[in-house]
Amino acid sequence: MSTLTLSNPPRSTARRASSEWLALPLAGIALLALVILLALPLIAILGQAVHDPDTGVWGLSQVAPILASPALVQQVKNSIAVALTTSLIVLPLAYGFAAALTRSAMPAKGLFRALALIPLLAPSLLPGIALVYLFGNQGVLKGLFPDGIYGFWGIVIGEAFYTFPHALMILVTALSVADGRLYEAATALGAGRVRQFFTVTLPSVRFGLISAAMVVFTLVITDFGVPKVIGGQYNVLALEAYKQVIGQQNFPRGAVIGVLLLLPALFSFAIDHFAQRRQQALLTARAQPLQLRRQPLRDALAFLFCTLTGGALLVILGTAVAAALIKLWPYNLSLTFDHFDFSNVDGGGAQAFVNSLKMSALTALFGTLLVFGAAWLTEKVGVARRLQRPLHLLAMLPMAVPGLVLGLGYVFFFNEPANPLHGLYGTMTILVLCSIAHFYTTAHLTAVTALRQLDREFEAVSASLQVPFWLTAWRVTLPVCLPAVLDVARYFFVATMTTVSAVIFLYTPDTALASVSVLNMDDAGDTAAAAAMATLIVAASATACLLFAALQWLLLRRTQRWRNPG
Amino acid sequence: MKTLSTLTLALLATFAGHAFADTTLTVYTALEADQLKAYQEKFEQENPGIKLKWVRDSTGIITAKLLAEKAAPQADVVMGVAGSSLLVLEKEGMLQAYAPKGVEKLSKQYVDDSNPPAWVGMDVWGATVCFNTVEAAKLGLKKPESWKDLLKPEYKGKIVMPNPASSGTGYFDVTAWLTIFGEKDGWAYMDKLHDNIAQYTHSGSKPCKQAAAGEFPIGISFEYRAAKLKDGGAPIDLVFPKEGLGWDVEATAIMKGTKNLDAAKKLADWSASKSANELYEKNFAIVAMPGIAKPNAHIPADYEQRLVKQDLRWSAANRDKILAEWTKRYDGKSEKK
Repeated sequence: MSTLTLSNPPRSTARRASSEWLALPLAGIALLALVILLALPLIAILGQAVHDPDTGVWGLSQVAPILASPALVQQVKNSIAVALTTSLIVLPLAYGFAAALTRSAMPAKGLFRALALIPLLAPSLLPGIALVYLFGNQGVLKGLFPDGIYGFWGIVIGEAFYTFPHALMILVTALSVADGRLYEAATALGAGRVRQFFTVTLPSVRFGLISAAMVVFTLVITDFGVPKVIGGQYNVLALEAYKQVIGQQNFPRGAVIGVLLLLPALFSFAIDHFAQRRQQALLTARAQPLQLRRQPLRDALAFLFCTLTGGALLVILGTAVAAALIKLWPYNLSLTFDHFDFSNVDGGGAQAFVNSLKMSALTALFGTLLVFGAAWLTEKVGVARRLQRPLHLLAMLPMAVPGLVLGLGYVFFFNEPANPLHGLYGTMTILVLCSIAHFYTTAHLTAVTALRQLDREFEAVSASLQVPFWLTAWRVTLPVCLPAVLDVARYFFVATMTTVSAVIFLYTPDTALASVSVLNMDDAGDTAAAAAMATLIVAASATACLLFAALQWLLLRRTQRWRNPG
Repeated sequence: MKTLSTLTLALLATFAGHAFADTTLTVYTALEADQLKAYQEKFEQENPGIKLKWVRDSTGIITAKLLAEKAAPQADVVMGVAGSSLLVLEKEGMLQAYAPKGVEKLSKQYVDDSNPPAWVGMDVWGATVCFNTVEAAKLGLKKPESWKDLLKPEYKGKIVMPNPASSGTGYFDVTAWLTIFGEKDGWAYMDKLHDNIAQYTHSGSKPCKQAAAGEFPIGISFEYRAAKLKDGGAPIDLVFPKEGLGWDVEATAIMKGTKNLDAAKKLADWSASKSANELYEKNFAIVAMPGIAKPNAHIPADYEQRLVKQDLRWSAANRDKILAEWTKRYDGKSEKK
């Protein structure tokens, strides 16, 4: 009897250890998956860029002549001009909008926030198409651009639409963190509104501004959707990479330009990383939340500003929908659903739409599993935590890698006949894997944030009670994190539904995709059909968001009651 | 367990394959998306057991894709790709020579002259300028009659044409100008035309579609798209510039090394058949089989005589050189304001 009791503790330690040791290989598998899905394709494209296939020589021999060509220099200048101009336009707009949402007491904030996120539901080709109908030679508002919309300004406006929500989300986060005491002190010291803005507000959000600027700049530099549709003869770098690879099948040259595109992204990633480190030191534990008081004039201005900006976003979306429904712009304005019959146009038609839904659903499912699984194991479960740092590093990488570069990396890596995974090339699976990798960072950060809200004591206590770690996860961690799980799944679905940049290099006739077909239809001149498909994509993304919201509401009622006791 | 059943299935499929499974042919094509369905239906109906899977893009892209895949071709057959492109593939030794049944009934000038032929023509498509009369009236533009007319300053920024690197239509425009005006004057012509061009488009159809929508009043395109859009009610006139029209032949060829050679031959046979030519006729004024073509209301009866005398072999042999020169002159150039 007594021997039995005495022998119990060592056995339990052994059992606890054995159940935890299982976590290490599991986390190892997740880490390996990220290495294969991210690191190796990137190494493959870097290798392509510095390897001359004709001579077999490694080095910069093929990079130098490409960099020296005057056409490329011009494209670099064009890309930078467009990206800078877009940043200068988007930042003040997004800042104003974010300030209105966080620092005013205007009405209808929820509505405005939803409105501002509309561009996330659409592929980047949609604003391009809408601009043709708005400001093109037959556009309703043609007079605003007498020299034509094709070219610089077309790209800038399209990109502004496309990047606005990205900048907004960062700035809302930055502006939400405010120390009310600083404003009280400033007022007490007699600082006016303007002075307060420059001495209190601006310093506290400067890292958010830098971060937003970097994100906008990088998104614009690496996007080819907008310039493809509305760029006319204005050549930019991302479009050149696309043309080299798709148009001329010149993969080595595409690789070199791809690596060039990686530079600004990596640069901004580094700056952003540095900025965020500094940011953490800004808010102390004693900070007081800012109290928002009604100020009729300020609130009215904020409301007006948001109405105008949000209205502009709505006009662009509405134009694309109208373009899809009008029979023959501008000669026959009767309404029709004919353009939604895709059987006589390029791009794979209805099948492409179904494929996209399938790809997005699979990405949402497996992406969420991988992201949460990996984050949970490395954050929570004993021994697996030693893999936390390498996993986090890899998980942050996709943010710095443009889709175009990732897609090309996949071509070089998976289409290599010697690669044992070569069989995946040309399948739906590779599209799903690529999408998971492409959107990994945001999903990972959401998961980690949610998991860190939970005290690690839960695991410790469960372990000492001899509960295996997966049961703790099932009973405690998962239910608590459910809102974040749903957020991640929704994010994966919508991002995958709208993306063009990576998958365009990987799809086959059997796996034609809706977003890619928008581009192909526009290329062939079927603009109305392209608008119709873009509309369908927006509808699918919006429906998914609504479904997730409903699901969230239902599940939260059951699992989150503890958050509001009583 | 699962692997076992997969294996069994795979084995079964291998044995059963010859008996009743469908053969799927991967066919690379530059035919227009709205033409494919009719061809596919007719072929599959006449050849049960063979299914077609199209990979469609503009001529230049399909050509580049085929060349890039030279080491491991993905296509079984190319159908509806420009003769000037197929001649490039022929030179690379990528085509399987085959004389389809009844090839002797086709017009000789639209069939490869080696024996057996490496490729067999289906139809001819040629240059046509789409001119939007409504927009022209608003802008006070006169209808152009010749290629030279397009250089007039009044057309500045009003003309769209296909990029010859991606579009077969664009490429035969360029080779035709080099043929009509001679090499030096041909490039000089394009230099001046470039000043009037608003956009170079990806596909050969898009310029006419843009003209039809009034986005740009003049689109350099080809006759099928022009006639089709006019039938659909677009306010356009078809202009056939009097110096002569560039053209190319849409042709079919079998890829060397295809694993489905028998099925590929069936498609090549069908492509040269009367029933196929009757379908081509619905889209084109000139088809490979004499006596099939019927007059089209929008296309002049002497259309064939208006085509320039040009040598497809020359177009093919100089394709790289001409496209490199074109790209250097007009594509890499920074934007004009």
